[in-house]
Amino acid sequence: MHIDHVEQARNAGEQVHHFHGGLHLRHNKKISCATPLERTPLPGLLIVPLLQQYGPEAEATVKTGQKVLKGDEIGCFAHLGGGHIHAPSSGIVQAVARRPISHPSGADGWCVVIEPDGLDQWKRLEPLTNWTDADPALLRQKIRNSGIVGLGGAVFPTAFKTDEAIKQEIHTLILNGSECEPYISCDEMLMREEPDSVILGARILQQAIGATRTVIAIEDQMGVVNLALKQAVESAGDDNIKIVKITTIYPEGGEKQLIQVLTGLEVPTGGRPADLGMLCQNVATATAVAQAVVEGKPLIERIVTITGNGIRKPRNLVARIGTPISDLVEQCGGYTNDVARLVLGGPMMGYTLNSDANPVIKAANCILALTESDIRPSQVEMPCIRCGECARVCPAVLLPQQLDWLIRNQQWDDAADSGLADCIECGCCDVVCPSHIPLVEWFRFGKSELRTLAVERKQAETAKHRYEARDARLLRIKQERRQRLEEKKRAIKDDAQRQKKLTEAISRVRARQDRNE
Amino acid sequence: MSRKFDPGVAPHFPPKLSVTGVMQEVLYALLPGIIAYTWFFGPGMLVQILLAVIFALLFETLMLKVRKLPLKRFLGDWSAVVTAVLFALCLPPLAPWWIALVGMLFAIVVAKHLYGGLGQNMFNPAMVGYAVVLISFPQVMALWLPPRSIASHSLTFGEMLNTIFTGSLSLGLSWDTISEATPLDAIRTSLASGRMVSEARQSPVFGDFGGLGWEWIANLYALGGFWLLWRRIISWHVPVMMIGSVVALGLVAYLVDPGSNPVPLQHVFSGALVLGAFFIATDPVTGCTSNRGRLIFGVGVGIITLSIRSWGGYPDGVAFGILLMNMAAPLIDRYTRPRIFGH
Amino acid sequence: MRADVLAAILSITFLGGLFGLGLGWAARKFHVESDPVVDQIEAILPQTQCGQCNYPGCRPYAEAIASGEAGINQCPPGGETAIKALADLLGIESMPLNPENGEEKPKAVAVIDELACIGCTLCIQACPVDAILGASKQMHTIIESECTGCDLCLAPCPVDCIDMVVRHPDVGAWGWSKPRPVVAGAALVLNEIPPAGPH
Repeated sequence: MHIDHVEQARNAGEQVHHFHGGLHLRHNKKISCATPLERTPLPGLLIVPLLQQYGPEAEATVKTGQKVLKGDEIGCFAHLGGGHIHAPSSGIVQAVARRPISHPSGADGWCVVIEPDGLDQWKRLEPLTNWTDADPALLRQKIRNSGIVGLGGAVFPTAFKTDEAIKQEIHTLILNGSECEPYISCDEMLMREEPDSVILGARILQQAIGATRTVIAIEDQMGVVNLALKQAVESAGDDNIKIVKITTIYPEGGEKQLIQVLTGLEVPTGGRPADLGMLCQNVATATAVAQAVVEGKPLIERIVTITGNGIRKPRNLVARIGTPISDLVEQCGGYTNDVARLVLGGPMMGYTLNSDANPVIKAANCILALTESDIRPSQVEMPCIRCGECARVCPAVLLPQQLDWLIRNQQWDDAADSGLADCIECGCCDVVCPSHIPLVEWFRFGKSELRTLAVERKQAETAKHRYEARDARLLRIKQERRQRLEEKKRAIKDDAQRQKKLTEAISRVRARQDRNE
Repeated sequence: MSRKFDPGVAPHFPPKLSVTGVMQEVLYALLPGIIAYTWFFGPGMLVQILLAVIFALLFETLMLKVRKLPLKRFLGDWSAVVTAVLFALCLPPLAPWWIALVGMLFAIVVAKHLYGGLGQNMFNPAMVGYAVVLISFPQVMALWLPPRSIASHSLTFGEMLNTIFTGSLSLGLSWDTISEATPLDAIRTSLASGRMVSEARQSPVFGDFGGLGWEWIANLYALGGFWLLWRRIISWHVPVMMIGSVVALGLVAYLVDPGSNPVPLQHVFSGALVLGAFFIATDPVTGCTSNRGRLIFGVGVGIITLSIRSWGGYPDGVAFGILLMNMAAPLIDRYTRPRIFGH
Repeated sequence: MRADVLAAILSITFLGGLFGLGLGWAARKFHVESDPVVDQIEAILPQTQCGQCNYPGCRPYAEAIASGEAGINQCPPGGETAIKALADLLGIESMPLNPENGEEKPKAVAVIDELACIGCTLCIQACPVDAILGASKQMHTIIESECTGCDLCLAPCPVDCIDMVVRHPDVGAWGWSKPRPVVAGAALVLNEIPPAGPH
């Protein structure tokens, strides 16, 4: 790594840079920030999916009829470094069955269905009370066993990130508090109401990964948050935490864009922020880490923003994983009459849910109910007029019109060369297209296909190797057989010769004997 | 009690712009220029526009039917109307009605639909139509009117209609009396006969900067162009580089030989330079897509225009400049691709 | 001959010769090294080694295509994707899969019914990629991750205990589906927002 890159990275947050493109979107966050955080009451049933977004399914570690306490492990990812699933409340496991899992495909998946007993009793908690003296490896292990995943929406197991990061030198921890998507305000409410736990989480993470400083990035119009965080930093007495305000422009909260804004450096394609010596975490993840280490509580709940023009009283709620979304909506006064669409996530990158019986999952940062007039109408799609607006707004500096054309014509190699894998699916290109082309849909399909093709290509290569190995083995067997045959023939010939000599010798001896008589 | 919802795809925000919207804004931006034109040169231009629009829509309907595409959607995008208007603005006001017919035939049928339709054509349809008509019918395309303020005989609307639809002039008139060379024409012929530019400029068709009347028209086209810039329909790269390169090279030529080269501003305010810079060369489909590419495109059009005006066979080279750079646009795009984030 | 005609002929000939030499030199100077075409063709084929193309393996088929002996539409496992890619590579017209060679089927793997297997090793010898584990008089089983779905083990089995089972993707392997096109050639499809669904 270049010496100057290291210097630039170490000075993260000193200057605020810009990234290419982006859009100024209407925020729509005030409506859900008007009321303070509330807790949702215990629901009748907790449906905890074993598949929390993408990736492999967890194995259930409980059986039907088993009693569980709050925080007991109920699902385990054998091959992933953490992100396990824990019971959100005490009760009995009613079933391990297929239920809606709030997945983009709308399909059902395996869930652990728990019937709460109303006692909400914690398991025996094992906090690390003297965490300041604890070995960083111990802290990381605590993170690994507490089911903590990235709560900004990516649900990447945090332990995986920290374990990988340790292999390289990390000097700066970046906490992402800049929620850039409109409507979502769960991180803002968290920072307003519980800034101390955010700072505590930052300090713990900093120690766990060996970083020397922390930069917390917030949007430049989060005035209240700024004050709250500054106070918390002062009371914690930590000099190494810096709060930086960055320009509000979507998608400044994307990991790569955030790093570019704070340092001016670009994360190399296919690389990770750890390559630049940085680790990025969401502020809610930091709070979860604080709870796990200091209180011993695994991740079983999160703040969810219920908002949109289709909700009567939008607000932020603290909800347990597994709570049906209908319960949350009810607590917010129910739907308005013209509600038309339910989205998990924000209006730019969220996916639709087919019903509100779907449960809250770790990735559910926002439930957005949109009305008829909000949602994208069935616009007539026109051919691309090559206006170039999409390229103007793309944060990854791609050429969406080019990629769209290549994907439609299945030119996968060219699409890969044109940077399809670098698309962050932010949706900026889609929103500015005058021809109303569903660009993000095409890119998501294209990326899927590229992944499938890569897998197929690898399989074909393996099959070819096995075929050639088999050919070689059969050839070898044939050669060996031929050799053995020749040896045998030689042996027989030798044998025959020896026999002949023996017979001749015997006949000579007999002849001599006869002569002597 | 759970409730079902319909599926949908992100983003859940409708885009603000639409193709129809863009086309309509372009037409609004052209209005001031068209009004000025009619003021100076009479209502003949409006008849040309009307004819061109009618023929364009007819051919568009025909081709959409042949290609089995939805009529309402593609006629409703107004792209044929914009092509027709831009084409008509390049014609002399008294051009016969069949000029618009031939022009629109080549513009809509050949240049647009035979190349694939909206968004797929390689050459600017309006310019293809104009080039075909210019090269095939040079005499009719050279019969321009003088501004009404200096005309020896102002034609009435009826007489104009008569000329356009019958091709012949009303009784008592002859082409010599009513037609007059354009400013660019005047410079060219006087240079050919050995006179200097300054002498040619004494002709009454010249105003303070460019041609009389033409300067106002150019200014109002520019006004429309600025409005398009403000509305973010076009970007500044092509107009600035196109006009800039003409001015820069014109300045050099003028300083080297003021006798046979007009002042750079003369170039800007004559012919179709401003119209081309803001409205025609900025056509997104046939131009470059990256901003760096657009700069090169603009410079290319400017150089070719100036070259044809100075040494070529036609008084105005904007159309040919644009068509030639259309050919080069894919190559320019290929070499001006921006560096992808992280690469 | 008139002098100007002669001059014209000579000058054009001279120019032609000059440009020809220039092109020849450029062809040599800017020549791009690339894989032999057989390797490129083989890289496109799916390596199933099934023989449905009437050649004993993917490499012989690739060589046959390169020599012009075989058509590009003889590979059912490669399907339309492979035919299109071959057509692009060789610069020829794409054509539909030859029905004489088989039809394009979804990717399947072989499964041995263990109750019926007699341990004869005939299928082991038939598998071109050694995806069957077993020995004489011992239970045979297919290594699912290595099976290419070529069908070659089905015929030799004397008790017919091998079946081809289509692989179903599960939720974990889900991917985004293709958006429906608005105008497909001459047919018109109205633009509806398609529900994102599993492959």
